[in-house]
Amino acid sequence: MMAIAAVREVTMRFRGHTALHNVSATFEENVITGLLGRNGAGKTTMMQLLAGHLVPTSGNIEVFGANPYENESVLQRMSLVKENQKYPEYFRVADAMSAAAMLFPNWDAGYAKSLVADFDLPQKRRIKKLSRGMLSAVGIVIGLASRAPLTFFDEPYLGLDAVARQMFYDRLIADYAENPRTIVLSTHLIEEIAGLLERVVIIDRGKILADADVDDLRTSAISVSGPGEQIDQFLGGRDLLRREGAGQLSRAVVRVQGRDDRADASALGLDVEPVSLQHLVVSLTNRAEAIHPAAALTAESAYLEEASR
Amino acid sequence: MNEDGGPIFRQIADQIENSIVDGTLAEETQAPSTTELAAFHRINPATAAKGINQLVADGVLYKRRGVGMFVASGAREQLRKRRRSEFAQQYLRPLLAEADKLGIGTQELTTMINDRKERR
Repeated sequence: MMAIAAVREVTMRFRGHTALHNVSATFEENVITGLLGRNGAGKTTMMQLLAGHLVPTSGNIEVFGANPYENESVLQRMSLVKENQKYPEYFRVADAMSAAAMLFPNWDAGYAKSLVADFDLPQKRRIKKLSRGMLSAVGIVIGLASRAPLTFFDEPYLGLDAVARQMFYDRLIADYAENPRTIVLSTHLIEEIAGLLERVVIIDRGKILADADVDDLRTSAISVSGPGEQIDQFLGGRDLLRREGAGQLSRAVVRVQGRDDRADASALGLDVEPVSLQHLVVSLTNRAEAIHPAAALTAESAYLEEASR
Repeated sequence: MNEDGGPIFRQIADQIENSIVDGTLAEETQAPSTTELAAFHRINPATAAKGINQLVADGVLYKRRGVGMFVASGAREQLRKRRRSEFAQQYLRPLLAEADKLGIGTQELTTMINDRKERR
């Protein structure tokens, strides 16, 4: 697999706040990657850096083999759907589509039209009069119909109901199967999109917790449940990611060490289950926050770091 | 697909195997395409392809150039053989464990199985 976009040892500081802390991650060509993490983890910053909307404080951004910042040949090959996309005051839905048609070389007007119909978007209505969900739908239509070789969806569905979100997932899968391209999708709704993702990059407080194939990541851990005493016995020397409950009802998510994990757990009478992506993201994030409780990236520490340079 | 189950590609492969074993998907007929599987199960086409490729590697499916994937001759027997060998581990072990817990002896269990079969 070829990496089409990469951030290398990137640090991004805003006034008194470090959004990304010396992070490296790659995005493979024609793969759908999920960018997952809590609010404020750095997902949007990462996308904006990749899309050339920001310049990193230090480190390199490489997209299609070049620095994306103010690089026209790179920028016209990508599309970023933002959570809060702004459009000119007087724009109607149809104007946004015409503008996108001029901006994106691969724009498919026929497909855009069918998507506008799918999402029940009123062509002639002014964008500022649209509901929050409809506004999100406009972004999604543009993101899909632009067919950009590199497409970013940053929390694209604020205000969209479950039916419309499902529509988005269905259209995305179908169009991606026909026109493979690199897609990066950030979201909180991990459970809903887990099946869509081939890879994930998990961010927490400006640091990368995982950059992996979803199947590999999911099979790298198991969940064991049963009486606490047996769990303690099972845990001896294993890499614990998360522990819940107490007494008779305990559960632990641990990293798989070898072939014997399941057998060892079963021998102790524990139930062994695979871990869902969502559970794994929560486990990894909680552990990271437990290990470094005093948020290392607060405004104060960033300031001190800056001052000591 | 069940996100709490094992790897999704494995679930896809299992499901196709089920259809072959129960005869819904006959030998030498065309298996669902990656795109169809992806759309139906709402999963990444690469994951669906991984499931299909697993079955190709196992000799259950084979590729006809430019047409698609087909069920290999003898696939059903091959899968039945494998599943029979896994039957004791997968079904009998939990059954016996539960029976033990409830104090159901072998005799009683045999009677239950026979009753059940008659009622079907």
